[in-house]
Amino acid sequence: MTWVDIGALDDIPLRGARLVKTELGCVAVFRTDSAEVFAASNTCPHKGGPLVEGIVHGQSVTCPLHNWVFDLNTGAATGEDGRIATYPVRIEDGRVLLDVTQLQARTAA
Amino acid sequence: MTKQNLVVIGAGMASGRVLEHLTDAAPDAFNITLFNAEPRGNYNRIMLSPVLSGEKTYDEIVTHDDTWYAERNVTCRLGEKVVEIDRAAKRVIGENGFVPYDKLIFGTGSNPFMIPLPGHDLDGVIAYRDLEDTERMMGLGDGQNVVVIGGGLLGLEAAAGMAARGVNVTVVHIMGHLMERQLDEAAGYLLKKSLEAKGITIRLQANSKEILGENGKVRALRLEDGTELPCDLLVMAVGIRPNTALAQATGLAVGKGIHVDDQMITSDEDVLAVGECVEHQGALFGLVAPLYDQAKVAAQTLLGEHAAFVQKSLSTKLKVTGCDLFSAGDFADGDAREDIVFRDPSRGIYKRLVIEGDTLVGAVMYGDTADGNWFFGLIKDGTDISDMRETLIFGPAFQGGASADPLSAVAALPPDAEICGCNGICKSTITDAIAAGATDLGAVRATTKASASCGTCTGLVEQLLQVTLGDAFEMPTAQPVCGCTDHTHEDVRRLIKTMPLKSQEAVWQELGWKTRNGCHVCRPAVNFYLLADWPLEYQDDPQSRFINERKHANIQKDGTFSVVPRMWGGITTPDELRAIADAADKYKVPTVKVTGGQRIDLLGVKGEDLPAIWADLNAAGMVSGHAYSKGLRTVKTCVGTDHCRFGTQDSTGLGIKLEQVLWGSWTPHKVKLAVSGCPRNCAEATCKDVGIICVDSGYQVGVAGAAGMDVKETERLCDVATEQEAIDVTVAFIQLYRENAKYLDRPYKWVAKVGLDWVQERVVDDLDERARLIAAFELSQSIYRKDPWAEHAADKAERYQPMADLTLAAAE
Repeated sequence: MTWVDIGALDDIPLRGARLVKTELGCVAVFRTDSAEVFAASNTCPHKGGPLVEGIVHGQSVTCPLHNWVFDLNTGAATGEDGRIATYPVRIEDGRVLLDVTQLQARTAA
Repeated sequence: MTKQNLVVIGAGMASGRVLEHLTDAAPDAFNITLFNAEPRGNYNRIMLSPVLSGEKTYDEIVTHDDTWYAERNVTCRLGEKVVEIDRAAKRVIGENGFVPYDKLIFGTGSNPFMIPLPGHDLDGVIAYRDLEDTERMMGLGDGQNVVVIGGGLLGLEAAAGMAARGVNVTVVHIMGHLMERQLDEAAGYLLKKSLEAKGITIRLQANSKEILGENGKVRALRLEDGTELPCDLLVMAVGIRPNTALAQATGLAVGKGIHVDDQMITSDEDVLAVGECVEHQGALFGLVAPLYDQAKVAAQTLLGEHAAFVQKSLSTKLKVTGCDLFSAGDFADGDAREDIVFRDPSRGIYKRLVIEGDTLVGAVMYGDTADGNWFFGLIKDGTDISDMRETLIFGPAFQGGASADPLSAVAALPPDAEICGCNGICKSTITDAIAAGATDLGAVRATTKASASCGTCTGLVEQLLQVTLGDAFEMPTAQPVCGCTDHTHEDVRRLIKTMPLKSQEAVWQELGWKTRNGCHVCRPAVNFYLLADWPLEYQDDPQSRFINERKHANIQKDGTFSVVPRMWGGITTPDELRAIADAADKYKVPTVKVTGGQRIDLLGVKGEDLPAIWADLNAAGMVSGHAYSKGLRTVKTCVGTDHCRFGTQDSTGLGIKLEQVLWGSWTPHKVKLAVSGCPRNCAEATCKDVGIICVDSGYQVGVAGAAGMDVKETERLCDVATEQEAIDVTVAFIQLYRENAKYLDRPYKWVAKVGLDWVQERVVDDLDERARLIAAFELSQSIYRKDPWAEHAADKAERYQPMADLTLAAAE
């Protein structure tokens, strides 16, 4: 696990999301409840919609382009054949920490 | 074995429990000396709230009195502060002399955290921590004012205790719901409702700015928004800090609290610490259960037995009469979790269980907490709940055999089971009515009143009809809003108005939503209904809006956005056009297009550039064109009498006036208008939501046209003689649409449902109703008639940027 501090919890709107740029593409960090966050790929496997812009409800997000719904626990699309990558993320002292183990370019020295 | 000397610093609940265990297990093992800075022994601090509310007296909450200490041979040095600890010589030096020790226990507890607001040192600003604070609050009475800062456990207990004494209490809380550490929003909403029913005023998301005084005594609290809350006493209950000053001076390892290992031993093997002053594996402790566990471990350690302190999940109950809440375990945070939610609006009940894999990990309950300890047991023991998952939320009484099929469950209900909580109607009353000929929902409602109030039991009544009548009953096909509820849009709108419901949490709870906070289908609808009906009380929630309305721009298929500045009535100027051209160059806009609504569309703007391009357009005097909203889009016009030789009225002027009245308003779906200066209709007004044709005698106002998937000519609402009347009936029509239409129904669909006659009665014939509609629209516009671009560019620009850019960090 390589935890990186990506910012304050309160920088993410409640029932909203913010974008994190990484070497291997954009990650959306979702705040589903006052102290509940999830991280997943920002890109919808259907037509590439930016999930960070979707409506966040329960522990799911709805893609803004064509309303695919993803369960943020598993990354699985509800009722569709598709899945987004999810990444470990946690809250510590009001900061959001993202595990970037899977997000660093392999060639990074 | 010779007796060892044990010194205990602090007579609190944890150290007191250590003494109980030690003197029970080995009465002769130690010579015990107890120091306490307060001039009294151990009392049950968590029972101060019942003392405050008058339900108990101080004497009833004393755990150790003089006799107890005497019987256990504990030498008490109460009211004496410890000055210093000499670890080399193993001595504790008090104000009245030293005591040698072999073993030492820190039980120094915690200090209340006081926010360093200007004026926090005024007389009358207190914490809620000890008997002195409690007595100070008990000294208040009828008609006096108190402000409590902090809507956590302690602050609310203080507030309720004082309210019970007739004091006017206002609770100021910085977060969006009460007790956010123990409760979710739904339970927080119910708690707020119960406390308000006790006469307590609750102000959420309120930032305290300054405490105002007079002659050295507190007078009022001023909030960030300028509100002044007068008070005779101000109680700060915002948290505690471990009291580590002495431990630090003594040279023990201290972080946030005094570091201890699993045996409660500090960095010095002869010194232990228990209670709120300790830090164990990074955690601090404020609730009583872990403190008691620590005390037991400390006692065993002192007696040479092996024991280890393990952190466990905790449960919380609020000690406020009439506010029945329970929370346990971890109901937020984490992966692979699922919720089970149960709500019974008529009884004010909310329950939420959080499940991870096959175990229960958290529970929040409000209103009915009888099963709390059973759930807490399942959480602590990590019981496999897969077999009872379907019925878990109904508690232990329900386990073992009941069928999951709702119809047989209804069939199995006893005749006296209550179906409709609002009207107190039981099953047999309904089945009797069905037998007597009430064979559909409307008839059952009419004869029994069952499901005629809040409507939540509609499903149950229908199931009863089905069970009783069998195939003779046809289930109605009214479409619920979505899978989160059984209510239709019409029901939800009606209940928001009549109950009334003024927040999303109120809707979720009172209408029995099956999910935590709705979904992408119902939440935007509910958000609109609330802001349309309660413009002053309800605040628009951007997180319940689709991307376009949240970002005030239209998302394109590649994730870029389009930007359309407003051109009132389709009129622009050379300066505006230059500013648009400059912006298009500066932000490398790939496509510039003229729209069907007489505007200019800049397509392909990057999301992070939006605030900057808006600021540039604002600087040139332009505002958002709302080309993205379920709201007023455009008013198209022709040039009318200004230039055209056929024009009969100033159609451009009327279009601009209409747009200036209507802009910024939210509607169930988008609204497009047009004004044509003569029947040749160059502005294509006869296929708009509202289309006005100017004629010599005045204005023909048509409504409910369409030119999208359906094409439909407008229907004539009325003919009016003056421009002002044309504006009035347009505004009244749009407000009636805002108040009554289903979300995402364009006006033509809505008018088809209610009938043009119904609309004309209210907008054209009944002048009082027309005036009411115009006033209601104007009230709403006092909030919403403003430029969202300017607001976002000024205050929210950073939200348009990535939160973090790890590609930069990696390159370093």
